[in-house]
Amino acid sequence: MKKDPGFYDYWPYENRPKITWPNGAKVAFWVAANIEFYELDPPDNPFRKPWPAPNPSIAGYSIRDYGNRVGHVRQMKLLDKYGIRGSISLSTALCEHHPEIIELCKERDWEFFSHGIYNTRYTYGMDESQEREMIRDAMETIYKHTEQKCAGYLAPALSHSELTLDLFAEVGTELFGDDGGIYTCDLFHDDQPTPINLRSGKKFVSIPYSLEMNDTIAYVVNKIEPRRYGQIIKDNFDRLYEEGAENGTVMCIPTHNYQVSCPHRLKAFEEALEYITGHSDVWVTTGREIAEYYIENNYDAALADITTKKEVS
Amino acid sequence: MPLDKSYLEYSKRHYGMDHDRYDWSMLSDRKPVNWPKGKKLALWINVSLQFFPLNQQGVPVKPIGGMTMPYPDLRHYSLRDYGNRVGIYRMLKAFDKYEVAATYAVNGELAERAPYLMNAIKERNAEIIAHGWNMDSMHHNGLSLNEENELVCRTLDALRPFASKDIKGWLSPSRFEGNQTPEVLKKSESIEYFCDWVNDDMPYEFKTGNGPLTAMPLSNELEDRYILLNNLHSEQSYGEQIKDAADLLISEAKEQGGRILGLSLHPWVIGQPHRIKVLEDILEYLMSKEEVWSASASEILEYWQSQQ
Repeated sequence: MKKDPGFYDYWPYENRPKITWPNGAKVAFWVAANIEFYELDPPDNPFRKPWPAPNPSIAGYSIRDYGNRVGHVRQMKLLDKYGIRGSISLSTALCEHHPEIIELCKERDWEFFSHGIYNTRYTYGMDESQEREMIRDAMETIYKHTEQKCAGYLAPALSHSELTLDLFAEVGTELFGDDGGIYTCDLFHDDQPTPINLRSGKKFVSIPYSLEMNDTIAYVVNKIEPRRYGQIIKDNFDRLYEEGAENGTVMCIPTHNYQVSCPHRLKAFEEALEYITGHSDVWVTTGREIAEYYIENNYDAALADITTKKEVS
Repeated sequence: MPLDKSYLEYSKRHYGMDHDRYDWSMLSDRKPVNWPKGKKLALWINVSLQFFPLNQQGVPVKPIGGMTMPYPDLRHYSLRDYGNRVGIYRMLKAFDKYEVAATYAVNGELAERAPYLMNAIKERNAEIIAHGWNMDSMHHNGLSLNEENELVCRTLDALRPFASKDIKGWLSPSRFEGNQTPEVLKKSESIEYFCDWVNDDMPYEFKTGNGPLTAMPLSNELEDRYILLNNLHSEQSYGEQIKDAADLLISEAKEQGGRILGLSLHPWVIGQPHRIKVLEDILEYLMSKEEVWSASASEILEYWQSQQ
């Protein structure tokens, strides 16, 4: 085990090379909609129990199924209304289980990125070749069903190994060259994209995916009230918008169709989306577009600045 | 040591669900349902009347809302009793005032212990749903078929004297089931619908080895205990959440057909003096809306069934 994963060096938020988003936008705003499949009776993993309750875990399983049966369309209509294309963090087995959902998202030109095969199959305990196989399977499944070359990763249920990001980037290159495996949502160290150090030396970035804005973290872990969730989204946006005038920022709302789409929660979410998209200098975009823009325009300057500041210290 | 290779095998990775209990179906694809008199939102108020034994065994796990302290946990035992002695009468008054047709999910043993309360429910011609024997009698895979059958039959027998109509509904204690619970319920020849699964906002057909049941949607997320005692949200927020849910479902119903708002209430939670007012406010808000139809679970189900 390592003391530090080694993905990034210390890099202070002040005095960084300036990011200017397309059309002079201050904030790159994206909604990372998790669309997940949890298995009712998954195999045991030696490091993590899939369900806290005894089998069959009806409460946990069925509310997640609610997300796909009921919540997805509800959230999709809302994103349509505010001109937002979702970036889907996808349990890729959903392509086989629920192709209707995939079709609806394809019609809207939403982005699909990998969130593993099932959210009940953890990375913990896999050796390198097993993890590589799981990552490859998920990326190939996305391509087979959507013709998209998967750019981003959020490890299934946020379960990682030390090699997760390396393997994702390497499989992306093998399958799709520079179009595949270019960003991760697994790290929470910044409000801007940052270069990530990999063993391959590939240009690879972390795109902010805010755990604090994540509806499951807000509602299940922090147990906050729906209207307060709406308020903290607005507050989060206000500050990133203000700071973005100086140096472009990224705001992400990670959602789950079984949380934010529940009838008692949608109104607060809608008010927040209306507020954000009502501002002029917001780039409403997707994870891939942010990563590509950053790699094209900002990556080299960022890396040089990080190197300089590291030498100074 | 890598994981066993079976961890990377996916035998149920195919179209539809990863089990054969029900068909995959998106709510937005289904035929719209009409409620009587052009109503949009069926309001199902479900009140759970529960007995939590002091000598809780907690098999296979502690029941939700059960004893948590070393024996004798008098604080939780007596606070649960408070609901059946005091809180429920505040709720009955509110239901009478706003002319709400509440449905009662009752533990069989509670009926034996509180016949006075059961008669108050019978006088109102209210529907009773079987809620298991008591809160410590959970349905799980450690029970034999015979044991589970006996629990269901004993529960139904205890409730029947107080039921003004046939008992057709089931809500498992803590909403736990074993793998055979749906088969056992169907075999009772009384139960036609159950309310444990929370994967829909409308009823749907649930398959069992003994013929189909109907799954009725009763949200956990909107439950009084979940919002107030698990999430520790304020009473005001609880009221806002219910009203926001009703508004959303009504607007959806105008485009997609009738919806159901299932509110799960517990007298030991919402019947407290500092909380009953928020229930009254909710009922006033809902019952003053022309789109809302207050009905028992069975009535709602009959309307739904007749349009399938």
